[in-house]
Amino acid sequence: MTEIPLEHVLFLSCILFSIGFVGVISRKNTLFMLMSLEVMLNAVGVAFIGAGSAWRQADGQVMFILILTLAAAEVAVGLALFIRMQRRYRSLDIDELNEMRG
Amino acid sequence: MSTTLLAALPFYPLVSFLLLIILGKRLSWQQASWLSVGAMALSALSSGVLVYQLSQSDVHVLTVQLWSWFSLKGSTGIADVNFAFYLDALSSVMICVVTGIGFLIHLFAAIYMKNDENFSRFMAYMNLFIVAMLILVLADNLVLLYLGWEGVGLCSFLLIGFWYQEKDNVLAARKAFIVTRIGDTAMAIGLFMLFKSLGQLNIVDVTQAAQVSWQVGNNDAYWIALLLLGGAVGKSAQLPLQTWLPDAMAGPTPVSALIHAATMVTAGVYLIARMHGVFLLAPEVMQYVAWIGASTLLLAGAAALVQTDIKRVLAYSTMSQIGYMMLALGAGAWSAGVFHLMTHAFFKALLFLTAGSVILALHHQQNLFKMGGLLKKLPVESTLFIIGLICLMALPGTSGFFSKEAIIAELWSSPTAGAGLWWCAIVGALLTSIYSCRLFFLAFLGKQRFDTQLHIEKSKLLRMSLLILAALSLLGGLISLDLQAVFTDMSAPVNKVNEPYWLHTVAIITPFIGITFSWFYFARYRITSNAEIKASQSMLSQFLRSGLGFDALYQWLLIKPYCFIARLNRRDIVDQMIMLNAWYVRLWHDTLSTSQNGSLRWYAAAFGLAIVCLVGVVTL
Repeated sequence: MTEIPLEHVLFLSCILFSIGFVGVISRKNTLFMLMSLEVMLNAVGVAFIGAGSAWRQADGQVMFILILTLAAAEVAVGLALFIRMQRRYRSLDIDELNEMRG
Repeated sequence: MSTTLLAALPFYPLVSFLLLIILGKRLSWQQASWLSVGAMALSALSSGVLVYQLSQSDVHVLTVQLWSWFSLKGSTGIADVNFAFYLDALSSVMICVVTGIGFLIHLFAAIYMKNDENFSRFMAYMNLFIVAMLILVLADNLVLLYLGWEGVGLCSFLLIGFWYQEKDNVLAARKAFIVTRIGDTAMAIGLFMLFKSLGQLNIVDVTQAAQVSWQVGNNDAYWIALLLLGGAVGKSAQLPLQTWLPDAMAGPTPVSALIHAATMVTAGVYLIARMHGVFLLAPEVMQYVAWIGASTLLLAGAAALVQTDIKRVLAYSTMSQIGYMMLALGAGAWSAGVFHLMTHAFFKALLFLTAGSVILALHHQQNLFKMGGLLKKLPVESTLFIIGLICLMALPGTSGFFSKEAIIAELWSSPTAGAGLWWCAIVGALLTSIYSCRLFFLAFLGKQRFDTQLHIEKSKLLRMSLLILAALSLLGGLISLDLQAVFTDMSAPVNKVNEPYWLHTVAIITPFIGITFSWFYFARYRITSNAEIKASQSMLSQFLRSGLGFDALYQWLLIKPYCFIARLNRRDIVDQMIMLNAWYVRLWHDTLSTSQNGSLRWYAAAFGLAIVCLVGVVTL
């Protein structure tokens, strides 16, 4: 089994993170924004796993489990908010929610 | 014992002022008048006791230090400025006048203003005025004197504008404040110069240091004396800052009596008498003092000849009498000037208060041409008014006679005055007697020219205060002032060589000439049959009535250009420069608040950008 170099893992993580970030700021639909957020979280998870295997430490996997639970909680809260939002504004467009300006 | 008395002297009216101003309308008329008049009675009593004790002791000077105020680092070491009182013969005359006359005027005012809605505020201001005046005359250093000086200015503003609902009163108050402020500024500059060149502010030390370090005619002494004279001219309503006094008659009559006859306007005279050590070193300024006094006394006398308002006649006569005092001071006749100050306080307070009674009886009618025939209707007031007028005219035997003759007698041979000023004083005396007669004929003789029922105040206290003042006016000349201890250093050589024998005769006869002249000239005021007399409307009398056009002159010369400049600078250039800061802050505020647009995606983008920048900064 050949070892995957850490640089490759980090490169993948960076690409995933950038894709997620671009998704967050370019998407208007909150559902897609949430998905993009998940991608970003997973990018971080990949970076942790890669680093953990490179240094042969279990900490990276522990952190990934933490991130998974965090993501689950976030999705739960986020979906609940979206349901409220759909009820109230009849839309999931994030730009509708700009009442707190300056 | 006596130091405690001296220390407590200004505090009776001060406590009364504080109580009155705090409790305000919660006090009934009785309580408020007991408080204020009682405080004044205490002050008057204790100043009487003080003066008695001072005359019994050998030292003739009493000092008391209440607390130290601050110290200044001058050219000759550190000068302490303390809250300290200094009582000598000069200031004891002043405290007697201030508290004694002040007490009688308070007594009168308590009855005169009885029905006023803001009675306790009025009495509070009157008390505060006495406090300021006492601080002024008792101050042992010039800074404390300046405190009293400004306090007096403030109180005069408050009291002239007491009936502030009417615009004219407020304008008069403002005018008094601003015009005297011009003099005050000159005086403050004078004090700075004095401190710079002598390094002292204590009055006794200043006088000594001035005599040691300055020669007669020294340049510093000249400028300092001139600037102090500026202050005195403002406060004492002399040329060229005299315009505020006639307008100041807008205040209630007891205020006119207190401020514009007995006490405040004499502050300038007191200042010059107090600083005579400096003035003696500047003979030119002494001459200016004498000429200012003489021209004011002629100007005011001429203006008083044609006034229609009874209080304005008295106001102009005050100006002219203060002119006499200035003339005396300028001629180096210090004692005579202070003596005239005292007797003038007696009879002018009497005149103002009696005029107040007359005005009250006529339901606030002040126009002389709407009076007439009051001699029969108000016999007591008329008698009192006659007493006041004969003192003003200086008929032999009255207090005014002694003091005015003392002044006139010293003028001819004085090195800083001379024959010209002597003739001015004589003409002034002639004018005085003519306008006094005109006033008396118009108000008290002739036919009745009003159709209202007289409102006669039968208060015993009111009568009593007037009677005491009348007695003082008649007999005040017998009080011998011993001011030798204060004015010993009068070094002017007296040349009695060419003093003509007829001087005294002329001086004594002058008022009688005036009376005889007006008896015939104003005959139509005395024995008129028709119920209407008109004031003369000729150009000359209108010019005189407006105080020789000084108001118009200042309006044209000073106020108009000033207002023009103020209008040009309406946006205030200095203010605009300060507003640049505000503009800069507002710019950032606007920029930042547009970034706060509420759009989540923008925030996320900014977030990302910031992280990129941060990481870039950290790694590079």
